[in-house]
Amino acid sequence: MALPPLDSPQWQSPWRAFTWGLRSITQTILTLVLFATYLGIGALAHDSHFSLVWALCSTLFVWAGPAQIILITTLGSGATVVQSAIAVTVSAIRLFPMVVSVLPLMRTPTTKRRELFFAAHLTAVTLWVECHRFLPQVPRERRIAFVNGLGFGLVSVCLTANTIGYFLAANLTQTLGASILLLTPLSFLFSTARNSREVADVVALALGVLLYPLVTKMNSGLDILVSGLAAGTIAYGVHWWREVRA
Amino acid sequence: MSAAQLIGDWQALVVLFVAGVIPNQIWRMLGLWFGSGIDEGSELLVWVRAVATAILAGVIAQIVVEPPGALASVPDALRYGAVGAGLVVFLLTGRSIFAGVVAGEVFMLAGKWWLG
Repeated sequence: MALPPLDSPQWQSPWRAFTWGLRSITQTILTLVLFATYLGIGALAHDSHFSLVWALCSTLFVWAGPAQIILITTLGSGATVVQSAIAVTVSAIRLFPMVVSVLPLMRTPTTKRRELFFAAHLTAVTLWVECHRFLPQVPRERRIAFVNGLGFGLVSVCLTANTIGYFLAANLTQTLGASILLLTPLSFLFSTARNSREVADVVALALGVLLYPLVTKMNSGLDILVSGLAAGTIAYGVHWWREVRA
Repeated sequence: MSAAQLIGDWQALVVLFVAGVIPNQIWRMLGLWFGSGIDEGSELLVWVRAVATAILAGVIAQIVVEPPGALASVPDALRYGAVGAGLVVFLLTGRSIFAGVVAGEVFMLAGKWWLG
């Protein structure tokens, strides 16, 4: 499926643009990765004793895989609400520069802020990547409708995956249930590694994985935050040191 | 499964909003309101991104090291081996997420089958 040319009458109606956005979810491998990830999140929610509605609400209103996994894992392992909230908010800071960089792609001189609300809510790593890929092929005045369609499609795929994952975890044999839970760490490890272009990101990822088991030995109750802050700051130090030498 | 089981208790939903939705959404709304004029390559954002990546890395490690539910039935060595095998294939295939995930899953399932 190719998008119509920029001057095509296909783009005259916002609904058509929404539909083109919706159909574009079939044009990316990331949809499959998201499906696998949210299958895993559904299973994780089940095995951490959350309800299906809880899992679906987290996908609909949080709409950020890492934050959802941090929330389920920390709450599920007995962290307090405040500890979970801190871990979630730190993981979500990266959404700020994403929103800042993606919204100008859709803005026209007459765009009102509230028209961008859903686009801002839908912004997460997958949408951010796809916006940079698709939007140059979409007329500027139809980009918000297109992104809303694309986001609506991706959210629908993930809600479906959550539901399937939740029931599979409830009904599958232990081995198959384990294989669905394993989807989450695998897909996150590799999609984060793929998006890591800067040295700081690669070091943060590798060190973050290695440091966590060591930090848990301290049993501080804030293990995730301690290991994250330490590994992230060391990674930034490596970045800074290379900049200074360069 | 009954409707009550599907919905769960309302306190859990309140916790979802207080610990999950609000702390997450606040950054998108700040981006929407104060978006213009922030340098994406600024040093502060490099550090923030590194810490956020490391926190996510810690969560990935937590799921593998202290596995929830059914994943706990898989022996330690097999879980670590699956992640390692997936990583090797991911790197060999020019960073294919799909190939890495499939390799990790196959490793674990084959190991489970072999161990009986």
